[in-house]
Amino acid sequence: MNPVDVVIVDSGGANLASLRYALDRLGARSEISSDAGVIRAAKRVLLPGVGAAHDAMARLERLQLVDCLRSLQQPLLGICLGMQLLYSHSAEGATDCLGVIAGNVQQLHAAPGRPVPHMGWNNCCPSGADALLQGVGASDYFYFVHSYAAPLTDATTALTEYGESFSAVVSQRNFHGVQFHPERSSAAGARVLANFLAL
Amino acid sequence: MRDGVVVKGVRFRDHRVVGDILELAQRYRDTGADELVFYDITASPSGRTLARDWIARIAAVLDIPFCVAGGIRSVADAEAALNAGAEKISVNTPALQRPELIDELARRFGSQCVVVGIDSQASTQGPHIWLNTGDPGHSRDSGRDTLEWVSEVQRRGAGEIVLNCMNVDGVRQGYDLPQLQAVRAVCQVPLIASGGAGAPEHFAAVFNEAQVDGALAASIFHSGELTIPDLKGYLSARGMEVRP
Repeated sequence: MNPVDVVIVDSGGANLASLRYALDRLGARSEISSDAGVIRAAKRVLLPGVGAAHDAMARLERLQLVDCLRSLQQPLLGICLGMQLLYSHSAEGATDCLGVIAGNVQQLHAAPGRPVPHMGWNNCCPSGADALLQGVGASDYFYFVHSYAAPLTDATTALTEYGESFSAVVSQRNFHGVQFHPERSSAAGARVLANFLAL
Repeated sequence: MRDGVVVKGVRFRDHRVVGDILELAQRYRDTGADELVFYDITASPSGRTLARDWIARIAAVLDIPFCVAGGIRSVADAEAALNAGAEKISVNTPALQRPELIDELARRFGSQCVVVGIDSQASTQGPHIWLNTGDPGHSRDSGRDTLEWVSEVQRRGAGEIVLNCMNVDGVRQGYDLPQLQAVRAVCQVPLIASGGAGAPEHFAAVFNEAQVDGALAASIFHSGELTIPDLKGYLSARGMEVRP
């Protein structure tokens, strides 16, 4: 086993720094890697993602990480786009994703008073038991930045609403995901990350 | 952060000034700011990279989103700021000089982190964009129509617009509601009001009457005249949803 607490998959976006800083603040040792061996040997895996689904999947394919990620048995947390990549398919660029959680990621619909991308703080409504959400309540707000969203399915453990309801937190077996950015979500986000580190 | 950082700190390499920025950033983090914007108007072509070490130092302590504005003229500049831990980058003058910069940034990093800042002032022909606003002696009307520019930057991929209404900036008599309403009507991406905040009721008015997505303020907070918890309490008591 890799001695660090968590391996962050280098999914190609800028801005892995804020995630590392958040882990540092929790006293967790992290390493950024795109190496399948390192990822397989990790205690826990973080799959961040900023940008477009097809670019991110193309990068994972180029790095030959698709099968590696699908077959992981240890806890994995997808963040933002990283969570969307866990689904079967994303409407963003009509992209086939990792498919470890069933469902199709859809575009958010803009409307007057509801611009897209959705950027801002939302509270989440826990809808099922999930160790990730221990100590998290409906009065906790999280920072969201996204134009696409995952539907409510059996995997949904917390939902939020922006014109429509969508999954804010999902868990299925060892695969977990948060649509918000825990590293930018103040104390509530740190709580979710700490919960993940305790899985 | 003009009053808190720029006026004081012409050199971000000065550790005392960086210390002040960090202290201020932590104070706002702890008192419930939802986002911080750092305007680095000192960013000069030479030594800009060195001066940027403050971004990483801020990223290490901030657990809320923050945006870096000033001196971002290229994809490489933006990448450095984002890699250092900024959530968003904001462009103003360089985008006016070369609008393709917005397309390039949006393509590379996604619209969600590309903010376009616009300094605007009402004129007899409607709102116009102003230039050189950091330098009172040289600021001038560009003659360019603000609403057209707002539409263009969205087509080019801007994910957020910060409208700084010059004529009310620093006057603390309230946000420029008519101008913000006009921009709101053509702005489908998040719109942030800037300039003019002087009292809690100004925030309530700009959210209610101009339907902006966020309100930016500097001097009223820096001076200690208004605290963020007091402002949020005021808005919450009026039925507005705020993050506690």
